[in-house]
Amino acid sequence: MERPFHPILQTRVSVTYIDAIREAQAKLLREDERVFLYGQDIATFGGAFKATKGLAEEFPGRVHDAPISEDAMIGLAVGAAIEGMRPIIEMQFADFSSIAFNQIVNQAATHFYRTGVPVPLTVRLPSGGTPGSGPFHSQSMESIYAHYPGLIVLTPATVSDAYHMLIDGVAMQDPVIYCEHKFLYRWLKAKSISDDHLPIGQARIVRPGKHATVVAYSAMVHEAVRAAERLHEDGWEIEVVDLRSVKPLDMDTVLASVARTGRLLAVGEAFPWGGVTAEVVARTASEGFHLLDAPPMRLNARDTPVPYHPKLWAAHRPTPESICEAIRQLLSF
Amino acid sequence: MLRARQLENKLSSLYKAGKIVGGVYLGRGQEAVSASLGAALVQGKDIFAALIRDQAGRTAFGEPLIDCTRTYLGSVLGPMKGRDGNIHRGRPLDGMPAMISHLGAQVSVVAGMLFARRMKGELPGVVGATCVGDGATSTGAFHEGVNLAAMEKLPLVIVVANNQFAYSTSTDRQFACHDLVDRARGYGIPGYSVDGTDFLACTTVIGEAVQRARNGGGPQMIVAKLLRLSGHGEHDDGSYVPDTLKAGPYGRDCIEVAMRQMTEGRYATVDELAAWQDETADEVQRAVAQAQQEPIPDPYTAEWNALSTQFFKPE
Repeated sequence: MERPFHPILQTRVSVTYIDAIREAQAKLLREDERVFLYGQDIATFGGAFKATKGLAEEFPGRVHDAPISEDAMIGLAVGAAIEGMRPIIEMQFADFSSIAFNQIVNQAATHFYRTGVPVPLTVRLPSGGTPGSGPFHSQSMESIYAHYPGLIVLTPATVSDAYHMLIDGVAMQDPVIYCEHKFLYRWLKAKSISDDHLPIGQARIVRPGKHATVVAYSAMVHEAVRAAERLHEDGWEIEVVDLRSVKPLDMDTVLASVARTGRLLAVGEAFPWGGVTAEVVARTASEGFHLLDAPPMRLNARDTPVPYHPKLWAAHRPTPESICEAIRQLLSF
Repeated sequence: MLRARQLENKLSSLYKAGKIVGGVYLGRGQEAVSASLGAALVQGKDIFAALIRDQAGRTAFGEPLIDCTRTYLGSVLGPMKGRDGNIHRGRPLDGMPAMISHLGAQVSVVAGMLFARRMKGELPGVVGATCVGDGATSTGAFHEGVNLAAMEKLPLVIVVANNQFAYSTSTDRQFACHDLVDRARGYGIPGYSVDGTDFLACTTVIGEAVQRARNGGGPQMIVAKLLRLSGHGEHDDGSYVPDTLKAGPYGRDCIEVAMRQMTEGRYATVDELAAWQDETADEVQRAVAQAQQEPIPDPYTAEWNALSTQFFKPE
């Protein structure tokens, strides 16, 4: 069932991924007085990507411009969360969260375990590559944060998930790393926000199939679906699983899919050493070895910094072509 | 101050007897600074992010001794339940955030707590305070935190105990400015200097700074000069501290100075001070004895969960 989810959007023909993020924040600000936004250029300017456009005017005193101090921004969020607030921090780019790494993994992530006091804060990370963005405005950080105990890491791939998972994430009692993909911001559109949504911690089968399973998340879900469509022309039925959140990782859905197909390819946009795809493959091999008809495969970005030039960038990350090639290899085993 | 010194002497003995696992970090020589800050704050209203050498400030603020002994001895009844130890303790919901080891990181946390209090309409009137040493002033986190607090005009009091050494590194390998208090001007906040061995001067300078912050004067920085009268931790004999420094003006023991000031100013008699020492020694003994009798964590029944969220499908 689908319906227009907010009066502002009823007049629009479609909702983009970034509209959904903005509307989710508007709803949170409207309905929960504990919520406030803190980030660079997010007040009057509305954010580098306009994810907070108009919110400072609509919610006076609740949307704050931050100094270029990523460490202190997260420290402030931890302090505010201790005091019962629900801060949403916008990192201008996921890449810059490396400056806040200490506060995220040592302060926020350890807080509940050490003190028994949860710190419900949400860090929005504009993630992933776009053409021409280069090494410092293109990174995917989900694997880094998922490695640390005490964090929830969300990687929405659809307009509806972008909306509902941000709302659900802010409602959680723990620190949430919300990885929103910049490439999807305006490219990804939906007619409206879907009413029904899955709980955080549950993966979704985006496309059913029987010959192989492709596990993906964030923007790579769309590349995987494109690859599956191409292979469909050759008679292959590829099942695509959207993890939705990489921590928690829904291995039940992954293993159930592999039980049907016997073959696994895990696709991610992050760097190849370790990470989400390695975790999925390792757990499948360990927990579902008997289900596999072929060695499980991974496909990631290349092991270099994310390059600037669009031609290099397009070949750095997995593409429908490289995913097709990997699936063909998987199917030929 | 006396209570803290008695407690820390006991902790040192317990460490040397092998009764405490992990580090023991003392605030010897910093009691006057720390206690002056703790005493100027109001528990239940203000925020105090104590750091490594703030036993005196913690006690003055109102942290019970048993929180300290339970944390050092690993009692599950303590605030950290054996999950963290020694000075890495706190009760965040009671205005005492628990420090992490990464220096300078608590400044922005206190700023965030104050920011939240302001959003809830509780300012002015509340003060948040934290202590750092000379070493922490070299970190990016310290700079970011102080700058943010200054920009937000929060009632944050930052006490820098310049105790001449960050672990074994002397201040000439830590910063090049003439005096750390000069940095306050760069942040656009008032900065004050005080002799950290002079108890009465500390209570005055720090007490006034807390009052100015409480009255809406924005962040305040106090730089107290003193000498750390112990090693970095009890594993460290501090043999690198030159004798000239120990014999110099900052080498004097602030507790001896304070006792002299108390008697000379007729705030207390020698007999009263002696009675306080006996009384605090008894309190320390009881806090240690109680924590030693209490259960320690059981790894087989412990909850190994870093998240408070229970997922529909747990990991």
